[in-house]
Amino acid sequence: MLQQHLAILPILIPLFTALLQLLPWGSRPQPKRRAIGLIASILTLVSTVFLLIDVNQQEMLVYLLGNWEAPFGIVLMVDRLSALMMLLTAVLALPVLVYGCYAEDNLGSHFQALFQFQIMGIMGAFATGDIFNLFVFFEVLLISSYALMMHGGGKFRVRATLHYVLLNLLGSALFLISIGTLYGVTGTLNMADMAVKIQSLSGDEAILAKAGSLMLLIVFGLKAAILPLHFWLPQAYSTTTGVVAALFAIMTKVGVYSIIRVYSLIFGADANELALVAHDWLWVMGLLTLLAGAIGILAARDLRLMVAYLVVISVGTLVAAYSLSSTATTGATLFYLVHSTFITAALFLLADLMAYERGKTASRIVSGKKMANHSTYATFFLIGAIAIIGLPPLSGFVSKLMILESAAANGHNFWLWAAIIGATFIMLVAVTRAGSKMIWHTLSGKPSEHSAPLGKRLALASLLSLSLLITLFAQPIRDYTDATAEQLRDVDSYPYHVLPKAGGNNE
Amino acid sequence: METLYSVTVGILTACSVFLILRGRSFPVVVGITMLSYAVNLFLFSTGRLTIDGAPILGTNDSYADPLPQALVLTAIVIGFAMTAYSIILAVRTRGEVGTDEVSDTDSDAEGKR
Repeated sequence: MLQQHLAILPILIPLFTALLQLLPWGSRPQPKRRAIGLIASILTLVSTVFLLIDVNQQEMLVYLLGNWEAPFGIVLMVDRLSALMMLLTAVLALPVLVYGCYAEDNLGSHFQALFQFQIMGIMGAFATGDIFNLFVFFEVLLISSYALMMHGGGKFRVRATLHYVLLNLLGSALFLISIGTLYGVTGTLNMADMAVKIQSLSGDEAILAKAGSLMLLIVFGLKAAILPLHFWLPQAYSTTTGVVAALFAIMTKVGVYSIIRVYSLIFGADANELALVAHDWLWVMGLLTLLAGAIGILAARDLRLMVAYLVVISVGTLVAAYSLSSTATTGATLFYLVHSTFITAALFLLADLMAYERGKTASRIVSGKKMANHSTYATFFLIGAIAIIGLPPLSGFVSKLMILESAAANGHNFWLWAAIIGATFIMLVAVTRAGSKMIWHTLSGKPSEHSAPLGKRLALASLLSLSLLITLFAQPIRDYTDATAEQLRDVDSYPYHVLPKAGGNNE
Repeated sequence: METLYSVTVGILTACSVFLILRGRSFPVVVGITMLSYAVNLFLFSTGRLTIDGAPILGTNDSYADPLPQALVLTAIVIGFAMTAYSIILAVRTRGEVGTDEVSDTDSDAEGKR
């Protein structure tokens, strides 16, 4: 019974949790809301683990909403990639929520419920197999992100939110136009069905579909923060609260996921006239995004801004490596995606904790007071820096090595090698400078009296330790991401599973 | 009919793009609202324009595609909520920042929370 509905559980659990949390819970509602939120996050995590195990055995779970048959109704289509992304979200959400429960959620109203709605939107975007439904879940996650980004209020935050909201409204309008164009040409919204229909397009219709697909690229590029659409990200991520920024580490990955999904499945190698329509763009833009991120990180005078640019660098690496469209690089790219999500989230939390304990100098990269837990943060910073830069022995090194190694078989590899190694060097310089300035060059005098709660430090430590786990279990994870890449390449298997007339069984 | 329809959508989109490129939040919000109208009309037309066609197969020679109408309905609901939110946000920004300029005039914002 439960097994059958496993695919929709990660969407339903956060939805009902959020509704439950919105109820008036007496005079002191916050502890109850926190408890509900934490239990629900654990449940979501458990359900995504089962989902991943299930998908690993059966290749793909197709869930018909309302039991309407595939091209007519909406389907949830959980393949290996979706299951991986959903597990990633759930694993990230738990420590971030624990961190948020230490009074971060009192800065504004309904943090807990918005957090769950956000998770619901992200899970839905990963699970859906219908492109209009993808738009709807994008809106769900965006609407909660608008409110979360405002969390805490303040002049700079409100202004950054206004920019973020207006840009994303424009993105949503473009999304609708491109979906409309694709629907007008193919007559379907189901992604697997669209992949079949796209193959038979030619002439004018192919050109229309190409216009629609490249408009989609703009929309996803805006979400993923690819150059030249990344300018909103540094300001937005560096002005919002640390806990929200850490959660948003997965948001750019939603954009990257959508790019991988749409340009592998619908406009993949088999799409005849529209085959790999976006890959040349992705290649150039990915490399330029890497470059822009590297310049940004050198110029950043604030640790939070620097981490925001690290997110841009990771997106650039992902997009450039994915555009090589070989199975091996895609596998390595997905491995890097897992690693970079956790580490950037951890660094946002670290920057937030350091800003709190440093007091007046906050997270600016200048010498400041000694922090109350100075040596702890120094260790965390060292681990985080090693992981994000890509020095041995942590996950950053492993994943970058995988990308470089798998790209070596491809003709373009010189530029990718140059860009990734160059960016790594610049990251090394910038992050080391920030670390020595903020941790070694402390002002003489008493250390700060502000000490962050132990729970926050533990939440951060657990996120950082994931990097170690990824390194230890690199082989099984890589096997899984390689299997994911194989599945993405095998475009014909999607209609087979999803559409009844193509031979799939939808039980 | 098709020409009139596409010219309408085109003019609406052009005007909204012009408004969105303005530097103050009010014209931008109006532009985005207008763009969402244009998008709704566009979505409606993706099922091809038919007159006197029932959305049921087999009753008539010409039939209408019901799906775009469902899409438009969803888009209207979401667009309406977002317009309301962005107006509130624009008003609040005007109150807190003291100006409705969208651009960053004070570059010293960096580094301060």
